[in-house]
Amino acid sequence: MTATDAFSAGQSTQGFPPRPDAVEMPALSIEGVSHAYGTRRALIEIGFSVAPASFTALLGLNGAGKSTLFSLITRLFGIQHGRIGIFGHDVAQTPGEALRLLGVVFQPRTLDLDLSVTQNLLYHAALHGIGRRDARARSGEVLARIGLADRAGSKVRDLSGGQMRRLEIARALLHRPRLLLLDEATVGLDVKARADILNHVRQLVAEQGISVLWATHLFDEIGSNDDLVVLHQGRVLAQGKVARVIADAGGSDINTAFMRLTGSAAQSGSPTS
Amino acid sequence: MTSAAMTPIQRGFSAAEYLICLNGIVWREALRFLHQRERFISALVRPLVWLFIFAAGFRQVLGLSIIPPYETYILYEVYIAPGLMAMIQLFNGMQSSLSMVYDREMGNMRTLLVSPLPRWFLLSCKLLAGTAVSLLQVYAFLLIAWFWDIAAPPTGYLTVLPALVLSGLMLGALGMLISSGIKQLENFAGVMNFVIFPMFFASSALYPLWRILESSPMLYYVCLFNPFTHAVELIRFALYGQMNWIALAVVGGCTIAFMIGAILAYDPSRGLIRRGPAGGET
Repeated sequence: MTATDAFSAGQSTQGFPPRPDAVEMPALSIEGVSHAYGTRRALIEIGFSVAPASFTALLGLNGAGKSTLFSLITRLFGIQHGRIGIFGHDVAQTPGEALRLLGVVFQPRTLDLDLSVTQNLLYHAALHGIGRRDARARSGEVLARIGLADRAGSKVRDLSGGQMRRLEIARALLHRPRLLLLDEATVGLDVKARADILNHVRQLVAEQGISVLWATHLFDEIGSNDDLVVLHQGRVLAQGKVARVIADAGGSDINTAFMRLTGSAAQSGSPTS
Repeated sequence: MTSAAMTPIQRGFSAAEYLICLNGIVWREALRFLHQRERFISALVRPLVWLFIFAAGFRQVLGLSIIPPYETYILYEVYIAPGLMAMIQLFNGMQSSLSMVYDREMGNMRTLLVSPLPRWFLLSCKLLAGTAVSLLQVYAFLLIAWFWDIAAPPTGYLTVLPALVLSGLMLGALGMLISSGIKQLENFAGVMNFVIFPMFFASSALYPLWRILESSPMLYYVCLFNPFTHAVELIRFALYGQMNWIALAVVGGCTIAFMIGAILAYDPSRGLIRRGPAGGET
């Protein structure tokens, strides 16, 4: 099995029992969330939800507010206004319970370049209270699945960009979260690496029932059956199934629909100005 | 979503999970330190230069009377050894905070901060990890000093350990508090000059306080209010199996104050905000 085959094969569903608290609750609920950096408003009264076991694309140009939203969901920023829930756990009130169910791949690399691949995974496991023996077993499993088993002892700085991203996704899944956030996870990768990562994440949704919020500015990463949230200049312009968003916007495809939506927003005045 | 629907199961965290997390953070800091051999060598060379060059030349100039905890006349090298141990911890505390600023800018801190365990606990673990690294450096220094005939009583190497932990925590917390106010990495070097050198020189690390009182009463009071002075004295007394209660009270109080201040002041968004508009990550 090649590295790509192994990566595309997805993860087994063993060891991922359904959680009782995951039933009938949105994986992620964003309610009336606003955020400002001083006087500059980055998010304005946004609201949407991510259904369990769904792939939701968060589409927006650079500066739309995607990373700010991710920082709020992961409590890197304090929530100034509104409410964020992860499977019903309020991020502000019970951050520990909420973050336990969350896996994150941030836009910038967050791996420790001086540590080995396995050491990075063990460190992440420890941060989630996973004992060393269990962590080693899980690390071996995820590395085999992403085709990096032979690089377990390599320093992370010796990996390619695509391998680092795959490792970050594997790391985000090590503590077996129910919701996975990926912020521009394919930026800087070649076409094949992008496709591999996207396929892998879609398989996680289909096979393991993981909910995914995939932030991107690339139209070709959005599938026709995905849920879509269009974020522009800090506001949610549209949300729903991709076909519905395209139809409502009067576009022929996601590209023209996005241009129509953002063009309308521009005509009605920039909300961040 | 209605609030009535927000009734999920809350599991909490066990003591074992906290312990695993602490162990993981300390392990990672130790690994990073061992991988950075230059850092280890420079951490040792700095105090050894003071010990072997500065002290050797200075002992002919400075006379020392018998002062507690010493019971006889001592060489100047013996006098400054505890000060140099504290200096190692001072530099290490500042270096740890520098690495926190670096990690914050590079994004590594996010890995730590998205852990589900409480943030105050995560930051406390970082402090403990930094202190553990400083202990490795201090004991390596003591080993080299021992070969140079600068030796404490055998039990002193054990009794000094709690004092080193406490002073390491105090200086690490101070560094973390300072790093909370640093917006970007480039500003850190300047701040180091305003903290490390004044703290080190305006203390009892290089000369006893009675000597300073003779030359400048004002400087004497500056030294007296310098928490680093009390860290040095705590280590000095502990190295000889004795307790300096005033030093213990000051270092203990400052440790608590600095830790609370550092945890309250820590703002993970600081480095991210700077990157936001410029780097497009908003």
